Amino acid sequence: MQNTTVNPDTKNKLNACYHCGEDCGTVPIKLEEKLFCCNGCKMVYEILSQSNASDYYKYEEHPGLKAGNGEVGSRYAYLDNEEIRRELLEFSEDGVSKVKLFIPAIHCSSCIWLLENLQRLHPGVMHSSVNFVKKEVIITFHDSQLTLRQLIELLASINYVPQVTLDTFEKGTKRKVNRGVYYRLGVAGFCFGNIMLFSFPGYLSVNDAVENLLRQNFGLLNILFGIPVAFYSGSVFIISAYKWLKKRFVSIDVPIAIGILVLFFRSVWEIISGTGPGFMDSLAGLVFFLSIGRWYQDLTYQALSFERDYRSYFPVAVTLISETGAESIIPIKNLKPGMRILVRNQELVPADALLIKGDGSIDYSFVSGESAPVTKKEGERIFAGGRQAGASIELLVEREVAQSRLTELWNQDMTGGEKQTRWDSILDVISRYFTVMILVLSTVSGIAWWFINPSMAFLVVTAILIVACPCALAMTYPFSLGGAMRVFGRNNFYLKRTGVVEALSKIDTIVFDKTGTITRNDGFGADFNSLVATMDQLHCISSLVRHSTHPASVAIFRQLQGFTALPVKGFKELPAKGIEGNVNGHWLKIGSEEFVTGTITLSSSSGRTFISMDGSVLGYIGMMNHYRDGMKEVLSELATRYELHLLSGDNDAELSNLLAFFPSRDHLNFNKSPKDKLEYIRALKAAGKRVLMIGDGLNDAGALRESDCGISIADDIYHFSPACDAILESGQFRYLPDFLRFSRKSMRIVFISMGLSFLYNVVGLSFAITGNLSPVVSAILMPLSSVTIVAFVTLSVLISARFSKFEKKS
Amino acid sequence: MSVILVLVAFSVVLAGGFLAAFFWSVRSGQYDDTYSSSVRILFDDDKPRETLEPQVPPAGLVKEQSPNQ
Repeated sequence: MQNTTVNPDTKNKLNACYHCGEDCGTVPIKLEEKLFCCNGCKMVYEILSQSNASDYYKYEEHPGLKAGNGEVGSRYAYLDNEEIRRELLEFSEDGVSKVKLFIPAIHCSSCIWLLENLQRLHPGVMHSSVNFVKKEVIITFHDSQLTLRQLIELLASINYVPQVTLDTFEKGTKRKVNRGVYYRLGVAGFCFGNIMLFSFPGYLSVNDAVENLLRQNFGLLNILFGIPVAFYSGSVFIISAYKWLKKRFVSIDVPIAIGILVLFFRSVWEIISGTGPGFMDSLAGLVFFLSIGRWYQDLTYQALSFERDYRSYFPVAVTLISETGAESIIPIKNLKPGMRILVRNQELVPADALLIKGDGSIDYSFVSGESAPVTKKEGERIFAGGRQAGASIELLVEREVAQSRLTELWNQDMTGGEKQTRWDSILDVISRYFTVMILVLSTVSGIAWWFINPSMAFLVVTAILIVACPCALAMTYPFSLGGAMRVFGRNNFYLKRTGVVEALSKIDTIVFDKTGTITRNDGFGADFNSLVATMDQLHCISSLVRHSTHPASVAIFRQLQGFTALPVKGFKELPAKGIEGNVNGHWLKIGSEEFVTGTITLSSSSGRTFISMDGSVLGYIGMMNHYRDGMKEVLSELATRYELHLLSGDNDAELSNLLAFFPSRDHLNFNKSPKDKLEYIRALKAAGKRVLMIGDGLNDAGALRESDCGISIADDIYHFSPACDAILESGQFRYLPDFLRFSRKSMRIVFISMGLSFLYNVVGLSFAITGNLSPVVSAILMPLSSVTIVAFVTLSVLISARFSKFEKKS
Repeated sequence: MSVILVLVAFSVVLAGGFLAAFFWSVRSGQYDDTYSSSVRILFDDDKPRETLEPQVPPAGLVKEQSPNQ
């Protein structure tokens, strides 16, 4: 069997599709000497070349994404509803409207070009501009020439499908951008430069009247420039320190805020009293470097969302069926129990409902990760969150959207309040000791100096507080972990914030979800061992299953690639039963045991697809979950260091396979509800474990939140994934042990550089305690320590990334 | 020596101008997306050709797409 399978990785570059770059197979579609893998790609090309937009193919080779089904139908009909339209539009006046759309497909320079040249495709578009970082496009258009629905259908037709979900609808896309960090950085940098110039005369020890005049005037200018540094750029640190102190917690911002205030007021005192040049240059440098650290720490993935709940995946509207049978579209928030709704193929069931007409085939993969559709008959209950695969069905809504089984679970989790602060970050622990130590040290030296030389006491105390300001220490954390976060991001492992690196390094227990996490989400593997068939018969089977989109057919077809398509006559797909048709003169039936053989043997016939040809049964093809690539290696490597657990919502059919990877039977848990999963994590935490949860579906959302660190695995990171601390692209699953190892390495770098910054502090303190801290020493020591620390951690992180397995492959 | 004070005042005003320019650039959103502009500048400006050919939307563009294959 294996030799008939074409490995999808071996792409034949000669036959690469002109639009999307995928292999065109043996029979490519040709147009104007160009090859296309499918009609979808060809159609996009035709649209673009007709609209004088074929430059799209100039900027990147194969810029497109493989076209989907291309079927738009009435999917966007809800956009004609006035209420929905109004909510989505940013503004609409005098026949001109503006809309901001999130398009996850934006990925290259060709995308930018095309989306900013939309007026070539339709004259109704006035202007469009792309924000690549956020994957958003803002489009201004004439209402009279182009409705919102037509605009979105236009984008969908060229394969840039905007994501319009309940989430964007409720919160709106009108998020405020926070640019404060740039302003503060700019002000600090501006003042730093000027203050350095004005401080220069103060360091010259010439003593004549002119110099003194300059020194005084420049001193006053320094105070003038010092005010915005301390109280605008530095305000974040002072405010944050105040907030922490109110919570009776000493964070790194507390010694920093003390340092900033002492620096400022002692400098003002020195300059006004004429006793010295002041430390304004040190202050400006300190705040400038700290602002850079803040900016670096805040650089996160803007296009990714780590806070999603069910709303970001629910549609904004449903089709309502009135008593008379007429269809109308209403916003989902107006949906009430007792209403009759229509759910079409690939549409989502928005609320718990009763099936009243049609055959339900519900795919709950978003909820549980299980991709095999569940068959539902009339009169059965369907829970919200499932996706219908097949003909349209009519439902009677039983509960409101916010009160359905799925969303209720969510609300319950949410009322648990903010995710509790788990353990204190190493930075907090150190800064607590550090602050206490500095306060004690300054008091002791102050008292000591009081007896030696009372006039020096005030100077020494303030000098200690100035020099101990943990600038280098504060730079260590954002730059080393921020660097590590970017290394992870380069390798498709996206962290919510820098602190997650530390959380990852401290884990001692890993809990896996089964379906969709350690198994693959993209359907099944087909097991041909119970099938007796000749090559010709397999050829016929392959020709028949290619006409069906049922997951079992897809799985069989995937294993039987490499055959040409034989003509099929009389193809019929019977929902929940199987498919049949005449291939090359043979009557082929593929489907459930009852459908194919006419009998049912009770011994677990589910998961088997039977095949008969001309009335004689050839056997069955087993359907099994695919484990992820490298799952075996990953689990056995992790088992040496971590305690592994499995939490599955499924039955224990695969217990024997999994037992080999997990230390004991007690760690394997099946038939767990979302609530059970959450409780399980809570129990582990209560037992003192530091838990990493890895899951993918909405049913893991509670567990992901509860765990110390939650990673959600996603095939497409821009599509739905439950709220979590990090998103791992599914292809990188095999590098999980290396990612964890790298997080520990990064923490080691943090420790080393913290040690280094302490050394700088010791040097500085020795000047301060002996009463020798002159402004020059401070002005040299502070930037020197910050710059060397930043250089050290950045280089170390890059070098250690070089030696990691996941970096080598790229 | 007072000429230095005049020069200083002048340099502060000049530097302040640059700070204002920086503020303007942040406010106008130039730091929100630093990638697109780096690409956008490389696009050919073929607007003249566009005006020669009158723009007509291709037929059937905003209508339904037929399912592929």
